[in-house]
Amino acid sequence: MIEIDVKKQQGDFTVDAAFSTEATGVTALFGISGAGKTSVINMVAGLSRPDSGRITIKGRTVFDSKKGIDLPPEKRGFGYVFQDGRIFPHRSVRSNLTYGMELVPKHRRSVGFEEVIELLGIGDLLSRRVTNLSAGEKQRVAIGRALLTSPSLLLMDEPLASLDAARKAEVLPFIQRLSHKLSIPILYVSHSLDEVLNLARTLVLLDSGRVVSAGPVEEIANQPRFADFKNGHESGAVLVTVVDHHDADEGLTYLRLDGKRLKVPLYDAAPGTRLRVHINSRDVALALHAPTGTSVQNILPAVVERILEHEGAMVDVRLDMGTPITARITRKARRDLALFPGQQVLVMIKSVAVSRGAIPKSELAADS
Amino acid sequence: MNLPFLTPLETEALVLSLRVSIWAVLASLPLGVGVAWVLARLRFPGKLFVDGLIHLPLVLPPVVTGYLLLVALGRRGVIGGWLHDVLGVSFAFDWKGAAVAAAVVSFPLMVRAVRLSIEGVDRGLEAAARTLGAGPFRVFFTVTLPLILPGIFTGAILAFARSLGEFGATITFVSNIPGQTQTLPLALYNLTQVPGGEAAAFRLCVVSVVVAMAALIASDVVAKRVERRMRG
Repeated sequence: MIEIDVKKQQGDFTVDAAFSTEATGVTALFGISGAGKTSVINMVAGLSRPDSGRITIKGRTVFDSKKGIDLPPEKRGFGYVFQDGRIFPHRSVRSNLTYGMELVPKHRRSVGFEEVIELLGIGDLLSRRVTNLSAGEKQRVAIGRALLTSPSLLLMDEPLASLDAARKAEVLPFIQRLSHKLSIPILYVSHSLDEVLNLARTLVLLDSGRVVSAGPVEEIANQPRFADFKNGHESGAVLVTVVDHHDADEGLTYLRLDGKRLKVPLYDAAPGTRLRVHINSRDVALALHAPTGTSVQNILPAVVERILEHEGAMVDVRLDMGTPITARITRKARRDLALFPGQQVLVMIKSVAVSRGAIPKSELAADS
Repeated sequence: MNLPFLTPLETEALVLSLRVSIWAVLASLPLGVGVAWVLARLRFPGKLFVDGLIHLPLVLPPVVTGYLLLVALGRRGVIGGWLHDVLGVSFAFDWKGAAVAAAVVSFPLMVRAVRLSIEGVDRGLEAAARTLGAGPFRVFFTVTLPLILPGIFTGAILAFARSLGEFGATITFVSNIPGQTQTLPLALYNLTQVPGGEAAAFRLCVVSVVVAMAALIASDVVAKRVERRMRG
């Protein structure tokens, strides 16, 4: 278990965050800029000192204000990947990578050099000067450097935020792979919904220095309050599906969702693989009767649960189709359809985004 | 030692000048880096006073600095007497005293340069090193120190140049003894005080200019090399 309970006054801002999570997979600290995410992760790392609280990782307490325990960062044994990489400019790539590793006694190294080099694809960079690396390469080296200390916990503070979209797409799969292959829990700070849905198993929502809620991604992401965390823009449903079969001729993959089928463009994953999908509420339309002559491929029955009013012309309709889903429609459409809670309707899903391929077996129990 | 083109007296003054300046810089460098680090990184009561004290030789007339050194470190001085009686060390009227005078006068220049470069170090890199398992001392020697090498080098060159030119504090503290404390500027001053010394004085003047230029060019070459190494 990862148990964190920290309080700290920083000027006018108070961090008072407590949560606990399984010590496997990725736990995402999610919130807008200024929510206190970095403050929390710095306290976990030992780079800043909480006024009071307790930090325990896998039964090992690294900070406890009551017992007077406060291990310095170098004694905590956590890896830290910073937003800005922080590669040492006066060292080569290789000596950056081995800086922390050489401080760990041989018998306590659980992560192999070759393994990390291969996992991150940085073999060709080893003899290069740091100044000749691209931003994406630097971030991969930073991840490798932290991993090679064989940490009991890996902290990542928006490791992709300083990269452009192309570099993000380059680094994200590596983080995904390492969370699957190495049994090192990751505490991942982000304000990007996309990254969180791609990587995380557990979600901790942070607002104004406080934990608003914490739990499995599917549970938290479908709570109405989650919409507030995305500034209302990306509201949608997050669902776990299972690959049923592929239809290569049509270029489609069929996903099983609670006894129902979803069609998505061909996705490379073996039948039986669990995939997390994200359905944006703007891509969901409603119909009272089975429509004819429509291009929409995914049409499923559902029951209206409740209707959330917004400012402006749009309303969010929350529905239950075995799993929760939200449709964002106009106020006028709602009036025309005369929607009410308990009503039987059909949801028409225009597009489904697969946000996380192959949820690892270790997480299956918790997800189902 | 015989150098081409130079008279024994000129050689003596030149060698003494170099020896005094090199020792002044080398001996005060570790302390200079330490003081610069303390001033750049720590906050403590009385910091302004300490800062002022270290910078004092920069603004005081060198003669005053020399006189204070004489009072403090002279054989009958407060510290000097103890050093002589207990440790058998004496700075008065020999080249070591000249080196002390040069070190004190050039110290603020060295500290300023090093402090500036320490303030320029990205503390995030030091924090990163801590999370990688390095304690504060290891962080200083493996991250901070390599990153401030250019600043240390600049500080050392500045201090060296200032030491070469040191006159007032030296003549007040350790007097003007040929072969002991008579560095280039002091020898030159001596020659200007005797009738018919103009030609010899001019020769020393040329020697001083050549040494100063050589130091400047050498420092430039080394500084560029260090910088290239840091940039990759």
